[in-house]
Amino acid sequence: MSLDPLEQRRLEELYAIYGELLDDGPLEDWPSLFTEECTYLVVPRDNFEQDLPLAIIRCESRGMLVDRVRSVQETIMFEPRYLRHQITNIRGTKRDDGGIDVIANYLVVEVLPEDLPKILSVGRYLDVVVEEAGELLFEEKWVIYDSVLVPNTIVYPL
Amino acid sequence: MKQETPVVWPSAGVSEVPYRIYSDPSIFEQEMMRIFEGESWSYVGLAAEIPEAGDYLVTMIGRRSVVITRGPDGAVHGFANRCAHRGVKLCRQHRGNARFFVCPYHQWSYDARGNLRGVPFIKGVKGKGGMPEDFDRASHDLPKLAVTERNGVIFASFAEPPPFESYLGETNLRYFDRVFDGRQLSLLGYSRQLIPGNWKLMFENIKDPYHASLLHVFLVTFGLFRADQESQVQMDDTGGHALLISRRGEQKKSDATSDIANLREDFVLSDKRLLDPVKEFPDDATVVMQTIWPNLIVQQQSNTLALRQIRPRSPGAFELAWTFFGYADDDEAMTTRRLRQANLMSSAGLVSADDSEVIKLAQDGVDQYPDHVGVVQMGGRGTENENHMVTETAVRAFYTHYRRVMGL
Ligand SMILES: [Fe+2]
Repeated sequence: MSLDPLEQRRLEELYAIYGELLDDGPLEDWPSLFTEECTYLVVPRDNFEQDLPLAIIRCESRGMLVDRVRSVQETIMFEPRYLRHQITNIRGTKRDDGGIDVIANYLVVEVLPEDLPKILSVGRYLDVVVEEAGELLFEEKWVIYDSVLVPNTIVYPL
Repeated sequence: MKQETPVVWPSAGVSEVPYRIYSDPSIFEQEMMRIFEGESWSYVGLAAEIPEAGDYLVTMIGRRSVVITRGPDGAVHGFANRCAHRGVKLCRQHRGNARFFVCPYHQWSYDARGNLRGVPFIKGVKGKGGMPEDFDRASHDLPKLAVTERNGVIFASFAEPPPFESYLGETNLRYFDRVFDGRQLSLLGYSRQLIPGNWKLMFENIKDPYHASLLHVFLVTFGLFRADQESQVQMDDTGGHALLISRRGEQKKSDATSDIANLREDFVLSDKRLLDPVKEFPDDATVVMQTIWPNLIVQQQSNTLALRQIRPRSPGAFELAWTFFGYADDDEAMTTRRLRQANLMSSAGLVSADDSEVIKLAQDGVDQYPDHVGVVQMGGRGTENENHMVTETAVRAFYTHYRRVMGL
């Protein structure tokens, strides 16, 4: 079942906040957009299509998202960079259990200090969004990237 | 404009490395010819990727695209991925199954061995055109590769290198067989990244345990790799291949961590399942990083097993193609463990990100100062095996072999 205009607006708001937290922070708030038992996977398109289970980022709980954020902030050495998420074509379908299956496109542009902006990643989100205590949260998020060859390193989540 | 002079290696030998070798296009051309197209075994894939007759995969040896196939008889073959006619790339897909390889341009077709089997209009049409009388189809087969396989891992060469076993040498072969022990492998997936650095920087990085205990705050924080752990650095007789062998320690402060600026002693994982390593090999080593000349890194870091293939693109860029695997007899818990630990090692790895980022910074630096030389003197100036990590001996051994092959 498709969403009514109000539901669609709430859903788009979730994606707007999602992009904003990753691009402008605070990054440590990003895990709060997920349920406690969430799944977050970043998977190259060829693995996805061949049913190969390897994800380049695999988080199986909100705790793992927190650990990823803390590593980005405290342990990984990387050149400073700016990311800009463009999330479009957000389409949700309501399930019988009240959850929403969502498909969306994304494009992330990366800016390194001495370089022209470039596309870091392009692909789609295959998500399940649920409502908990009046808030929409990601229960599942699959980031399937078409741009299989990563330009150097993915540091921040997509 | 300054006159281009040939690279002269510093008189100090391999304890110094001229920065020019990371950016000079003529050096790069020589490397492709002498190293990648010369007497070396390049890793090209796993038997598990092409299990059935007719299966094929497309990969790289150096800069060159090649096709690896499994013929109708089950044997593995390899040939250049370009039509003998007009040089058109034959396979446009990374993997597949095919009886014949047909060029999209004029539909010349080849079998799994790369033998030319069909040329459309070879006799002409209505008596017109066609190939000359003396056109010999058999002399237009695709350039074939020498192929060898050991316990499910396939290597290939444009030349005729010595048998793989003697190529690797006794110690390196023993450790190769430790991971590839004859058990059926299961493919878990791929990760690919284009690193803006010279391909040799990747080898240097893996052959250098000195950096691992300093740069990789995540590894050190969780005791996965530390300078005070029992460890070994072992090379083959040529110096081209190397092994870094180490053992896991504790999350605690010690001598070995006091020099590390950013140690995060207080970092406790919110979800401990990320690091839940179990012993799976008979010995006590928890990390074995093997570098095999000229294009392969075999990684065992706790329970992540991966092959990293180095595909040079230009002096300033290479692709790192990762293949993650386990064993066909892994239970579900082990597969999950391997997949979770892969968070540390990939194009988004909590640990390997440090390396791809630092390689980019290294290239930024050496590009701009080609006339300068780098210092490789940690642990002395020799190329002996060592039983500690505070050494760059394997980097010096690598350059000893490199200079021999390159005539530098
Ligand atoms: Fe490293």
